[in-house]
Amino acid sequence: MNSLIAGVILILCLSSYFFGRSEARKLVTQNIKLKALPAYYGYYLSLWCGLPALIIFGCWSLFEPAIIKVLILNNFPQIESKDLFYEQTLSFFNGNFSGEITNEIKAASIKYSSINIIAQNSKIVIIAAALIGSLTFAYRKIQNNNKARDDVEIILKVLLFTSSLVAILTTVGIIVSLLFESLKFFSTINIFEFIFGTSWSPQRAFVRDASAITPEELLELQDAFGSVPLFAGTAFIALIAMCVAVPIGLFSGIYLAEYASTKVRKYSKPIIEILAGIPTVVYGFFAALTVGPFFRTFGESLGLTVSSESALAAGLIMGVMIIPYISSLSDDVINSVPQSLREGSYAIGATKSETIKKVVIPAALPGIIGSILLAVSRAIGETMIVVMAAGLAANLTINPLESTTTITTQIVMILVGDQEFDSPKTQAAFALGLTLFIATLILNYIALRVVKKYREKYD
Amino acid sequence: MTKEQRLKKRYRAEKRFKMYGLISVSLAVIFVLILVQNIFSKGSSAFSRTMIEVAVNYDSSLLELEGPINQNSLKDADFYDLAVESLLKIYPAKDSKEERQILRLFSPDYEFEIKDFLIKNPNKIDQIVLVKITASDDIDQLNKGNFPRDLPEDRRRVSNYQLNIYDNLIEKEKIDKKFNNYLFTKGDSRDPELAGIGGSLMGSFFTIIICLILSFPIAIMASIYLEEFAPKNKITDFIEININNLAAVPSIVYGLLGLGILLSVMEFPRSTPLVAGITLSLMTLPRIIIPCRASLKAVPPSIREAALSVGASKFQTVFHHVVPLAMPGTLSGTIIGLAQALGETAPLILIGMVAFVVDIPSSPVDPSASLPVQVYLWSEQAERGFVEKTSATIMMLLGFLIVMNFIAVYLRQKFEKKWN
Repeated sequence: MNSLIAGVILILCLSSYFFGRSEARKLVTQNIKLKALPAYYGYYLSLWCGLPALIIFGCWSLFEPAIIKVLILNNFPQIESKDLFYEQTLSFFNGNFSGEITNEIKAASIKYSSINIIAQNSKIVIIAAALIGSLTFAYRKIQNNNKARDDVEIILKVLLFTSSLVAILTTVGIIVSLLFESLKFFSTINIFEFIFGTSWSPQRAFVRDASAITPEELLELQDAFGSVPLFAGTAFIALIAMCVAVPIGLFSGIYLAEYASTKVRKYSKPIIEILAGIPTVVYGFFAALTVGPFFRTFGESLGLTVSSESALAAGLIMGVMIIPYISSLSDDVINSVPQSLREGSYAIGATKSETIKKVVIPAALPGIIGSILLAVSRAIGETMIVVMAAGLAANLTINPLESTTTITTQIVMILVGDQEFDSPKTQAAFALGLTLFIATLILNYIALRVVKKYREKYD
Repeated sequence: MTKEQRLKKRYRAEKRFKMYGLISVSLAVIFVLILVQNIFSKGSSAFSRTMIEVAVNYDSSLLELEGPINQNSLKDADFYDLAVESLLKIYPAKDSKEERQILRLFSPDYEFEIKDFLIKNPNKIDQIVLVKITASDDIDQLNKGNFPRDLPEDRRRVSNYQLNIYDNLIEKEKIDKKFNNYLFTKGDSRDPELAGIGGSLMGSFFTIIICLILSFPIAIMASIYLEEFAPKNKITDFIEININNLAAVPSIVYGLLGLGILLSVMEFPRSTPLVAGITLSLMTLPRIIIPCRASLKAVPPSIREAALSVGASKFQTVFHHVVPLAMPGTLSGTIIGLAQALGETAPLILIGMVAFVVDIPSSPVDPSASLPVQVYLWSEQAERGFVEKTSATIMMLLGFLIVMNFIAVYLRQKFEKKWN
């Protein structure tokens, strides 16, 4: 039904374009001077035909299910689990319900079918009215020989502006969804316990019915959500990753920018950038099935006990993933250092490496620091490598051979599979997400500022 | 230290420094090679499947058919007894324990493979026919040489008795390898030899199409607005800051957005490519807008001025001249953004695409997996057969990414005008 309505609207749009254009051409043959090309009259008619109807259609389809649900449930105030009841009604209505059919479900589905018919019919009527109304309005305007081009351009400009607002809407959506659940979480769990507590065991909140937490249970839950081990684990694995990525990435960037011949540069730069294009789940697979076991057998041969989910394996592979982010950004930054600085240094007898160490890198330092900060924000937000290769248990450790866990791992572990939405455990994932969002936001902001400042300096 | 010594030392330092750079580049390149080699060596065997040839006696009396023998009645018939009887004849068994071991040489779907063969060839009824039946994962891995044979029996997945049968079958040339079409046509399964990426392939396809439909027009319109029409004011600045920050937000946060808003508030169906596509398009949007803006910016102002000077409106200038010239850049930016979205896993896990889905989805609102999620799901499985399946999935995924990136590079090099 919906696709039929959408199809009708689109066909009308298309035909009204041709209709408007031919009408305008007719006016031209009658020697009436138009203020725009005939095609603009077509666009004008077509936009007026499509936009109002599509907007009504979209809004209607979006809100219809929720409104029908409210309308039906209002008739059954005595039902306790309303969502479940409504689901059952719907599946009974669609004929795939297996279970005990109560009288309420029957009554509700009869109600549903009648409301549904009313909704369908009124939707068709309203959309048809909108189509006819807006078409006649626009057609009248064409006959009066308006400035179709200006009007079309205004409508288009509004469309362009709205689509650029999607970015703001996304940010608002992220903040709202994270804040909403986090605030619920912090209303049961003390925020300071969350930030400064040192024991993380959210599974303790798993079986509890969230709506009926007793004060004793709440007291017991308070110290189940101490996220210091997660912060420490995240920072630790990111540190290992940076220990791998910064030297390799930086030296690669320097080599590619200063030493490499054009041929070497042409082939090795894309190969290094392949590392950035490989999906992280592939790195995770590699870390979990090849690198982790390799470290364990290697460690055993040296007499060390290495966990097969060691922080070292995850950090190492994450570092490899990050190499291209550092190398290509620092390559760019070094390339944009003015040649005159280098020549000045050569002129007083410095070797190439001395020039790089004493002149180029100090000049490029803000850009390099910016790229490292961006890489750190990647590392703490990286999910799949740590989910697959790092551990699940939250231990507070600085031994890279033991397993640690990270913020992202815990978010995935909490939310994978079935979630019960009002449990503090689920809300904890959103609180962790909020922490992650804020941390990366700050890092990115500083990094972008630093890089931008630097660019302005030499442009 | 004399002057010469100092100079020598400085030159040595120069060489060392250059060497560090070379070592770093080589390390990065070597790592790419190791990764690719590792995946290929593990995954290439997944493209073949071990088959065991069995003489099947299509005895119609065992089928308990009612009425005439035709395709419909065969479809309803129970082939279990017939299948078991034929399979047990490949090797003598002393007791029911050994019989069970014989049946475990075959994949659990042997009954249906035997049935499908007869449905395709109904004239073979009441005849003895040689049918090739998929071997179980253990035999498959043994045949591919992935299980060492010299372990003690209790540490092997294949018993001595089964090994004897296997050797006997090899001698009689009953064991064969053929191209593994199950890998591409079947959905997920608990048995590695029957598991395929058909379902996740379709899931990924729907996801990317929805992501493209949603993100490409919005990204282009937004970048046209910001680059060509936006006045320099606070709102524009705010939008730009938002886009730059969104491009660097970790992908898992978008998963939380999808879960918190699309699933719990707007009640979209869980585990479906529809939700995945919407979530990923929000994620890809800023990543497409940035290269789109760059390519619009690269069109020289002289083009705009020329169009304006002959009386084109601002819109005509932009849509008739600037946008077509920037098209190669915007398209390649879009393709690269979509390639990133194709490999994205974390947000899809949060919106429930980790469900075990056997059926191949036929529309974007059916539950499904996607390629990277399939990699994650299979890598958690213990069986050796899933390791090669995972690697094969990764090979497919990398193949798609390489193709997409090549198209992007080609578009840019072939069609983009160089302005000097």
